[in-house]
Parts: sequence; C-alpha cells; structure tokens
Amino acid sequence: MTTARSLDLSRYRFRRTRNRLVLGLATAATGFGLLVLAAILFKLIWAGSAALGPSLFTMITPPPDREGGLANAIVGSILITLGGTLLGTPVGIFAGTYLAEYSPGSRFSQLVQFINDILLSAPSIIIGLFIFEVMVIPMHHSSGWAGSVALSILVIPIVVRTTVDMLALVPNSLREAAAALGAPKWKIVTLVCYRAAMQGMLTGVMLAVARISGETAPLLFTALGNNGWSLNMNAPMASLPLVINQFVNDPSEIWNRLAWGGALLITAAILALNITARSLTNLGSMKQ
Amino acid sequence: MTQQSVPMRPLEIRMPETSHDPAIDGVPEALSDKIEIRNLRFYYKKYEALKNINMKLHDKRVTAFIGPSGCGKSTMLRCLNRMYDLYPEQRATGEIIVDGRDILDPKIDLNLLRAKIGMVFQKPTPFPMSIFDNIAFGIRLYEKLPHSELMDRVESALRRAALWTEVKDKLKQSGLGLSGGQQQRLCIARAIAVKPEILLLDEPCSALDPISTQKVEELIAELKSDYCIIMVTHSMQQAARSSDYTAFMYLGELIEFSDTETVFTNPANKRTEDYITGRFG
Repeated sequence: MTTARSLDLSRYRFRRTRNRLVLGLATAATGFGLLVLAAILFKLIWAGSAALGPSLFTMITPPPDREGGLANAIVGSILITLGGTLLGTPVGIFAGTYLAEYSPGSRFSQLVQFINDILLSAPSIIIGLFIFEVMVIPMHHSSGWAGSVALSILVIPIVVRTTVDMLALVPNSLREAAAALGAPKWKIVTLVCYRAAMQGMLTGVMLAVARISGETAPLLFTALGNNGWSLNMNAPMASLPLVINQFVNDPSEIWNRLAWGGALLITAAILALNITARSLTNLGSMKQ
Repeated sequence: MTQQSVPMRPLEIRMPETSHDPAIDGVPEALSDKIEIRNLRFYYKKYEALKNINMKLHDKRVTAFIGPSGCGKSTMLRCLNRMYDLYPEQRATGEIIVDGRDILDPKIDLNLLRAKIGMVFQKPTPFPMSIFDNIAFGIRLYEKLPHSELMDRVESALRRAALWTEVKDKLKQSGLGLSGGQQQRLCIARAIAVKPEILLLDEPCSALDPISTQKVEELIAELKSDYCIIMVTHSMQQAARSSDYTAFMYLGELIEFSDTETVFTNPANKRTEDYITGRFG
C-alpha cells in the first residue's frame, strides 16, 4: 500500500512538472504572438498618427516632397471595394443558395464546394493576372472596374462558403413547417431560410469586405493607381493599398508618412468591420 | 363530401383482421369519410415502413394513431400531406383519396395540397419573424388581403388557438421569444389561419408541460367541429382523452382501428391489448 502510494506521488509530481513545462511553453508562444502584434500596431499607430490631420482627407496624393493627402486613394478604395462587394455578393449568395438548398449532398455540389475552397485560398495575385488578361488587355486600359471585378472574385468564395454553412445550420423542421403551409420552395428559401440565416450571411459579406479592402496584388495590374483625383471607374483609379505600395518604396519622407497614414486607415476600417461582423453574430446567437 | 367510388355507409369502422363492425353508441349519423387510404405502402429507400394500410378517416372527428416508436405512425401522417416528397429517397405506393382525388398522384400540386392539409410538428417551429408575421405567412401565400382584414384573420386564428390574450400586446415581437407551449399554440394558430380542411398533429404535446398540454387538448376538442383531425401521440392517455377513433400500429402494419372506447376497453387484437395495458412498447 505504502509503496503504491509513493509510486502514485512520484507519477503525479512528474505529471505536474510536465504540465507546468508545456503550459509555460504555450504561454510563451502566446506572448510572442501578442508581442509581434503589439509591435506592429505600435509602429503603425506611432508612424501613422503623424500623418493624421484634415489634409489627409482633403488633399490628393502629392508629387514627391510636396505636402498632400490621400483623398483620391480613400475614395478610390471605397469605390473599388464597393464595386467588388456589389458584384461578388449576389453571385456568392445565389451560388451558396443553390449548393445548400437545391443540390445538397449531391456529387456536383461537393465538387463545386471543393473547387470553391481552392478558390478561397488562391493567391490573389493570380486573380489580378487573370483579370489583366481577360479585361485590361482587351479594353486596352486599366480601370477601377477591372479592380472591382478582380476583388469580386475574392468575395465570391468567401460568401459562397458562409452562405452554405449558415443555410446548413437552418433546421430542416423550419423548411418542413413552411412547406406544410403550402409554401413553394423559393418562398421557403427566401422568406424563411434567409431570415433564419441572415446574421451569419451578413457576417460573411462583412468578412469579405474586410478581406478585399486590404488587397494590393489584384489591383496592381487592374486598377493600376492614379495620382490625380478621379471618380471615373472606367479609368485607372487610386486605392489605399496601391498608394502604400508606391509611397513606401520611395525615399521621400512625406510619401513615407502618408503611406503609414494609409496603413493606419485601412487597419482601422478592417477592425471596425470585424467588430461589426462579430457583434452581428453575437446579436444573432443571443436571440436564439 | 361523399366518396365517389365506394358505396357509403353512415359509419364504417375498418378492422383489418376481423370483418366485424362494433356497435357504436353516441356517434351521430351522417359522418362522412374525408380520407380513404387504400393499399398504402411506404418505403425509405428499400425499407418498407408502411405495409398495406387500408382505412377510412372521418371528417369532423379526431383520429389518434398510437403504437411503439418506429411503428410508422409519423410516417403515416407524413404521407397524408406528402411531406416525404421533400426527400428523394422516400416514396409511397397505393392510394390516398381525399375528397375523391388520389393525392399520391404525381400530377397533384403539392403546394395547394398542403395549403388544404395543415400540419403541426412535434417540436414547435416558429419562423424567425414576428408573431404577427408567423401567422400571416401562410395567409399571404394564397390570399392578398388588405391589412385590416389580414389583422382580423390573424386575431381570429390566435383566438382559436387560445393564444390571443397572451400575445395581443406583442404581435410585433419575435415568435422565438415565446415559451414552448405558446410556440406550439402559435404553430397551431399558423396552421389553422390558412383555413385547411384537415389538420395533422404529429405528437403536438410531446415537448410541452402538463398545463400547455391541457390547453392544446382543449383546443383539439374545440377544433374538431370544423376539421378532420389526425393526431399521432405517444401518450395513450392523450389518445383516450382527445380522440374519437384510435388506430394502433405495430411494425408498419395497422393492427386495429376502431372507435377509441372500443380500442381501450375491448380491443379485438391481443397485441393492441398488450400495448395499451403497458405490456410492451
């Protein structure tokens, strides 16, 4: 009995030590990750806030070594992102609805979802090159629209994925209950399933917007960038990620400062979108 | 509403294993058959869940289906509004004649059929919308009414379901915020708001507390003057209390079908007796 007991204790001590060791490692890893994140945010806020001021929003991107702002890039970013979202969201929602409601579990549906997942993780520069080939070359010029189309191709797989996932969460009993009242399929989907899955689907769209608003690569060959003021989506257009890409690679101190300011703006916008998406989801789960 | 093909008797009680019609006291004459089921077989893929069911269900009466789990009673109900059609691997053969038409006919319009045959499910299924919109949902599918008239229809449905006084001040609130018992009565109100002729109740009280159960049972008694009500229940007491006719099913077969009193006091079949006395099931 006593030997058994001392044996137990030694095993316990060993386990406790091992536990402390692994827990320590895990904590250190978490700390390291947070430290990197904090360093990035600190640098971003420190360097970006120097550019903050009314002129950032009122003046357009300047020539090297002249004072200016990012007004054209902010507006360009908003327009191109909006265009990409408006083009990609309906396609994503329709495709997701088809996959989840009209052919669930079929071989075809599984294949499409598999391909969709590949598209979801496709390098965005390839999408930029693709749109360059099919849109910019035939049209002989870059344009805001080309940028929007490239971004919409990033939106589609995200929205498809969330739409399929959210519709799959709608219990079948709701569909049966609506069918039992004599509702045709399309009304069951649009009036009942969409409403039940609304919050999740909106969250998906928000996450897609957050994703594309920071994308640079797909815009390099499509929207190209524009250092003047332009609201013409049919012509080359400025956008924040492109301006950052251009200004950070230049020795001009003012350009560098503006690049940091733009980075801070994008980060703040994505943060706001993510918080909105998160709170929408929480709102939804609280209701049920 | 008489059958076209079969000669009518005032009341026909079908007992599959005997040809004897028990005498019934206190049942008024001129009961009409609302539904006639002939040679109904049902398959989940290859599995035969219903085996050659033949019976007639009467209008303005409550028929209860009882039997142990998996005996096919819910399947039976899902045939009557062809709910199984939502699932491609399920199919039924035979005939179910409702008002002279075979509803298993593939040419039947399922949406119109289901508008005529209401269904309430085991678990309450309020839609994620306001109480008002829950009730109005079914009405709006087939009728375009001015708002005041729609309001009247919603109110009368909620009154009939004995829910009006509890929800009249919060019609705009979500139906999901109601208690389980209220949600189930909301679903009953939603089903009767479209003015169906037949009401299918699939264990409507299994998720409810005794007080809510009592309210739903009172409601069933109230509603049967207008509807042909068919109810599946696990509770034999409920079948005894609420139904006029009782069908006992076992392993996909209709073992005994008669008026409720006979089934519970003088069952013709040994298995029925064993089941209702609690010897199995």
